[in-house]
Amino acid sequence: MAQENVKEVKMGRRGPMGPRPKVENPKLLLKRVMGYVFKYYGIHMVLVLCCIVISVFANLQGTLFMRTLIDSYITPMMGEANPDFAPLFGAIRRVAVVYAIGVAVSFLQQRLMIYVNQGTLKRMRNELFSKMEYLPVKYFDTHAHGDIMSVYTNDIDTLRQMVSQSVPQFFNSAITIVSILVSMLALNVPMTFLTLAMVAVMVFSASQATRVSGRNFVEQQRNLGSLNGFIEETMTGQKVVKVFNHEDESIETFDELNEALYQSAYKANAYANLMGPISMQLGNTSYVVCAMVGGLFALNGYLGFTVGALASFLTLNRNFNMPINQVTAQFNSIIMALAGAERIFRLMDEEPETDEGYVTLVNAREENGVLTETEERTGKWAWKHYHKATDTTDYVPLQGDVTFHGVDFGYTDDKMVLHDIVLHALPGQKIALVGSTGAGKTTITNLINRFYTIQDGKIRYDNINVNKIKTQDLRRSLGMVLQDTHLFTGTVKENIRYGNPDATDEEVIAAAKLANADKFIKRLPEGYDTMLTGDGANLSQGQRQLLAIARAAIADPPVLILDEATSSIDTRTERLVQEGMDHLMKGRTTFVIAHRLSTVKNADQILVMENGRIIEQGTHDELIALGKKYYQLYTGKTA
Amino acid sequence: MLKRLLAEVKEFKWVSILTPVCMIGEVIAEMVIPRLMARIVDDGINAHNMQVIISTGAVMIVVALIALLFGVLGGFFGAKASAGFARNLRKAMFDNIQTFSFANIDKFSTSGLVTRLTTDVTNIQNAYQMILRMAMRAPSSMIIAMVLSFTISARLSTIYLVAVIFLIFVAVFLMRRVTKYFRQVFEKYDALNESVQENVRAIRVVKAFVREDYEVSKFQKAAENIYQMFVKAEKNMTVVMPVMMGTVYTCILLISYFGARMIVSNALSTGDLMSLLTYCMNILMSLMMVSMVIVMITMSQASAKRIVEVMEEKSAITNPADPVYEVKDGSISFQKVSFSYHEGSEEHVLKEIDLEIASGQAIGIIGATGSAKTSLVNMISRLYDVSEGAVYVGGRDVRAYDLTTLRDAVSVGLQKNVLFSGTIYENLRWGDKNATEEACREAARLACADEFITQFPKGYETKIEQGGTNVSGGQKQRLCIARALLKKPKILILDDSTSAVDTATDARIRQAFKEKIPDTTKLIIAQRIASVMDLDKIIVMDDGRVNGFGTHAELMENNEIYRELYESQTSGARDFDEAS
Repeated sequence: MAQENVKEVKMGRRGPMGPRPKVENPKLLLKRVMGYVFKYYGIHMVLVLCCIVISVFANLQGTLFMRTLIDSYITPMMGEANPDFAPLFGAIRRVAVVYAIGVAVSFLQQRLMIYVNQGTLKRMRNELFSKMEYLPVKYFDTHAHGDIMSVYTNDIDTLRQMVSQSVPQFFNSAITIVSILVSMLALNVPMTFLTLAMVAVMVFSASQATRVSGRNFVEQQRNLGSLNGFIEETMTGQKVVKVFNHEDESIETFDELNEALYQSAYKANAYANLMGPISMQLGNTSYVVCAMVGGLFALNGYLGFTVGALASFLTLNRNFNMPINQVTAQFNSIIMALAGAERIFRLMDEEPETDEGYVTLVNAREENGVLTETEERTGKWAWKHYHKATDTTDYVPLQGDVTFHGVDFGYTDDKMVLHDIVLHALPGQKIALVGSTGAGKTTITNLINRFYTIQDGKIRYDNINVNKIKTQDLRRSLGMVLQDTHLFTGTVKENIRYGNPDATDEEVIAAAKLANADKFIKRLPEGYDTMLTGDGANLSQGQRQLLAIARAAIADPPVLILDEATSSIDTRTERLVQEGMDHLMKGRTTFVIAHRLSTVKNADQILVMENGRIIEQGTHDELIALGKKYYQLYTGKTA
Repeated sequence: MLKRLLAEVKEFKWVSILTPVCMIGEVIAEMVIPRLMARIVDDGINAHNMQVIISTGAVMIVVALIALLFGVLGGFFGAKASAGFARNLRKAMFDNIQTFSFANIDKFSTSGLVTRLTTDVTNIQNAYQMILRMAMRAPSSMIIAMVLSFTISARLSTIYLVAVIFLIFVAVFLMRRVTKYFRQVFEKYDALNESVQENVRAIRVVKAFVREDYEVSKFQKAAENIYQMFVKAEKNMTVVMPVMMGTVYTCILLISYFGARMIVSNALSTGDLMSLLTYCMNILMSLMMVSMVIVMITMSQASAKRIVEVMEEKSAITNPADPVYEVKDGSISFQKVSFSYHEGSEEHVLKEIDLEIASGQAIGIIGATGSAKTSLVNMISRLYDVSEGAVYVGGRDVRAYDLTTLRDAVSVGLQKNVLFSGTIYENLRWGDKNATEEACREAARLACADEFITQFPKGYETKIEQGGTNVSGGQKQRLCIARALLKKPKILILDDSTSAVDTATDARIRQAFKEKIPDTTKLIIAQRIASVMDLDKIIVMDDGRVNGFGTHAELMENNEIYRELYESQTSGARDFDEAS
């Protein structure tokens, strides 16, 4: 299951044979990727380049040896009656040394590349992750989770290929091409141009095939996308399909989409398959042409072209075609990887959460009515507020007084979802937010902990503007229990301790007891040490919620934000959850998004929300007496 | 497994056979070319005979054209065969999935099925094309090159033979070692990605508890671990290339030296030597290809297994041999029904249920989560088969009916219900393909859905997004009820289908049922006691058993669980929101 999840995300954006994507600024991106690699592995990379150059030359030396072999050793010896093979053996030995160096160097190159490649990836992963953790919540709202995941899987994978294979091979091929070219020029200039002309034909026809196949690959991806979408939707609703006997209709639609995918996949692959044979046979043709023209030269002794030189030239000609094809192939995969790199860098370049806050939360001790800062945990907290103008530092006790003054907010600047919110929660009060889905209840709570930044108005916490408080310290002073609970891979104990990493085992158990979670935890196979995986998949929703309450309890925050459970848990568990929440609320300022009358009834303030506005505000009795929306909600009758 | 997979090649059998044939044709033509090259050098250049160069060159171009033709055809056939094979695999899986019973669906996760239908099939498609084009080509190219080398000089060619055997040994040895390492690495890698996903999903929790630093250090530890493992695994791999190169170079040198000696003693020609060296490259390239094919096959094995699993999954519920095509009425009877989700399991979810429900009755079902309310109703439309006992609908065992007939007569509103992308009309017509617009609207009115649909700018033509994300929870539920009503069922089952609908509307829907479809048997599962208390009878479920069955008044009198529920829900624990 777990692995399937990862896979599912992997295929999120594109299949393994994606089309050649468009990249905005390939040069800049390449520079940035290589800059990244060179920054940490500069010496490695310089060594790798040296290795490549040496191994190319070693290889070339071998190829050129053919000429020496024939011209300087075989041909002279052919006439002799008693040939002496010692010089030939010597020559072979010299080449062997060159080859040995080549092999050693390529081994060294590969070893070095492991560190460059894996090290770069490790750095990128770490950088991506630490960057991601500090992005504003808004980023996660506006980006599909599958897309974010795909950066870690697809994009990093293609980048790995690029750094470890494409780039070195590209260099290798490029250097080979240049050195062969130089050798060819040294042997015969006109013949070299002839070869180049043939190469031009080869590259041209290959690019034509790539174009057609690329077009079809795009088509294939599109078809794959729609088939994917259809499958996903049908599989999600498969039980409904069964209940409504809708199988035949589903198959019909599926067949259509499947056929379209087949057609485009077939064409895309067929044209892609053309490239190999075409360049191969054009290479052979190039060989023949060179042999004929070269033969004409050699036989007539034009330009001092010897038979041995022709043989060498023909070998070079054969060796020339392969790196050319490779360069084209590598070029394509580099472009492909750059598209991934672009997404990686885009994530890295995202603006992290802004935090211009300077008011911090410190442990405090009260002596003679004066608060002083202390290192030890006193259980008493204070806001350390430095005033620049007067160069003085204030200590304000942490109490949990929250006010909103004319707050306007929208997820985007052009569409406000909260209008002119005014509220004042005194320390220890319980504030209930009621109203239909989409009225803006959750949004209000998300502003208190600064998940989002408001457009207009002021939010104050203990009479300090929340913008002035360091975001992390602000959040430390707030506890949250969300309706859809998320747990982490780890033991139950670790999950509870998430709220306070310093908590002792006793404190963990105390928190679990407070939250009514202790009983069920004890019944788990390994009690508090039971491993939870896949977001607590082995627990029921109610149990997960109890854990979330324990997690908030252990943090012991002065202000709580609770999103109550809805009808999907059964009444008994719900009562447990309810009790757990009630325990937790005691003595704390609590914002509760209420779904239950019992919660609302004894709240100090009830805020009735509609369309992003607070339309009614007061205690239960006051609002009932008012006889408007709250009355209507409460009694289920129209007033 | 392979046999089952290959059975899906079907109409692409011929292209599948032709592909390797073409590839062999290409190989033969390509193998002739070095011989022709040798002739150009020996009889043409060295013999100073321009005539031979031109005539042999012409032959070579013809052969190159033949190779091109075969290569191109092979490419086309290969693409067609593999794309077609993939199409058939997808179809075979999808068709089989459509026959799945609920028990089968439970077994595979949704994301698992999607992966099998897409990524896994793509893997197989690529592997199949690779195998068709390379699996024959590479070994035959190697063999032909070997044979030709031997015809040139058996003595020199033994060098190749030794080299090839050596390389095969090295490859097998390394492959074994490396696959072990890589399997470990990829497991860790999956776990790393899993933790990223966890963080993306739970980012609010991370931020709310200010645990960013902790998560980052946790991640970095895992990333470092993976780095170490990758380095270790790849170090093993780095031996491959140098060994390969070293072998090639050794061959070249040996051939050069001994070849030169043979040329001098007139046992070999210069051209022969050059062809031999060309074949050397050919043999080793083919060897590399073979190892690539092997890697490809091992990699796609997992995919193949996952695909075959889906294709071979047998539906747990099948039509009877001589099915009944008519459901007489909506009466339901449970006789000593026990049920467990896992075959042969002692732990029964439903335990010895006996129930009699007359046609046209409205029955409420209430009880805690896990008390098997949903399991109970799932037996009626035979979404699962009972383990013991029998369920009768309209006086006959449900297992005697034709499945389509039964499910048309028993309409179920599932707990986790979904709408599909398409207009509201299209969604409603899932219930009845041929329903008129008026019929659709009538059903919507019954389900109290018409009132909000008509508020939409496009009314019934409004597009529902995938997963129904553009309607609220309560609206979605009402649309689902309307869809279920359009079937004009004899039995209507609503499994917690109004949980997001406000109390007043909920009551109106029940009232409409009472007035407009009095003959339909109605089973309503609910969490709210208010949703069931005015029905004809109420079933109280507790831990897989029927704890109580009677009217509201009766149960208040003699059923403790029911009374407790009633009291807790009316004394101010009622639902509050969603009233819109």
